[in-house]
Amino acid sequence: MSRFRKTEAREVPSLNTASLPDLIFTLLFFFMIVTNLREVDLKVQYKVPDATELQKLENKSLVTYIYVGKPEKQYQEEVGTNVCIQINDVLVSLADIPVYLEMERARLRPDDKDKMVVSLKIDKDVKMGLVRDIKEMLRESSVLTVHYVAIKSEN
Amino acid sequence: MRIRKRKIPEINSSSSADIAFLLLIFFLITTSMDPEKGIYRRLPPAVSKEAVREKMDVRERNLMTISIDADNTVSCNDEKTDIRELKPLAKEFIANPDDEPFLPEKVSEEFEGIGTVSYTKNHVIVLRINDNSDYQTYISVQNELIAAYDELRNEFSQKAFKESFQNMNDEKKEIVRKIFPQKIAEQEGGGETP
Repeated sequence: MSRFRKTEAREVPSLNTASLPDLIFTLLFFFMIVTNLREVDLKVQYKVPDATELQKLENKSLVTYIYVGKPEKQYQEEVGTNVCIQINDVLVSLADIPVYLEMERARLRPDDKDKMVVSLKIDKDVKMGLVRDIKEMLRESSVLTVHYVAIKSEN
Repeated sequence: MRIRKRKIPEINSSSSADIAFLLLIFFLITTSMDPEKGIYRRLPPAVSKEAVREKMDVRERNLMTISIDADNTVSCNDEKTDIRELKPLAKEFIANPDDEPFLPEKVSEEFEGIGTVSYTKNHVIVLRINDNSDYQTYISVQNELIAAYDELRNEFSQKAFKESFQNMNDEKKEIVRKIFPQKIAEQEGGGETP
């Protein structure tokens, strides 16, 4: 009888949190796979239009990103509220586009130079006059493959 | 005296959750879920300013004009159309199944693997876009036209090769692309005559 002790104050056992790290690792892997590291500081706000015939952007190493939209709040004092253009991470004016594209092209390998792709992330309310001018500049720099970014619409 | 085997204490893993939280917060802050899908297009090469822009000699029946006005209304051949009607109109124009005289003329050519096919070799779709229209309208129109081409290509692939267009090998895809080439031209301004 001495083996059985009168029980002392019974405690409710605390939660076993041994599997908490596993849950966190699962969330972590989800984020690592689904997202991509942000490489540029977005200086313009944009909302891409919607479309249904979408293809994935391939060969990310050959891509230059052009963002067009109204500037973010902290840049509004400098450049006003007109729509501006951002290439990779610099705000540029229309006439500078060929110069920047040449700089980007210089980064590529010689046999990749004519496969350069430009991904256009343009706010859906931008007027077509500006888009047309940007496309003219692209044609002048012999960048002929463009990718208009859009999100899938419901219908 | 019996030497008891010393029980080695386990490594305390209570802080692995903290490490995991740290990594998670790092990834939450430095990454973004950007949409990387879109519409691929090929621009025509630049025309030098001095070169005279030659007027394309296109017969009336081979031409379909889609205009976007400043208030984002879409017109096809000068008739106001709803954006959802664009796709069936475009499909009918490109395929010309009944060989109508006011739709593009059909040319018969021999293709390996299928035989003779008559298709609208010389059709052109012209987009005239006003400078003050919205980008969304332009993308919607491009979307409908590309959807029209994709559906036509798919239907033809199903009929001729019994496979869907995406699953075919590259030579067959080239053949279908030749039969339904994407001939979309964009004109500048809205009313500028070269």
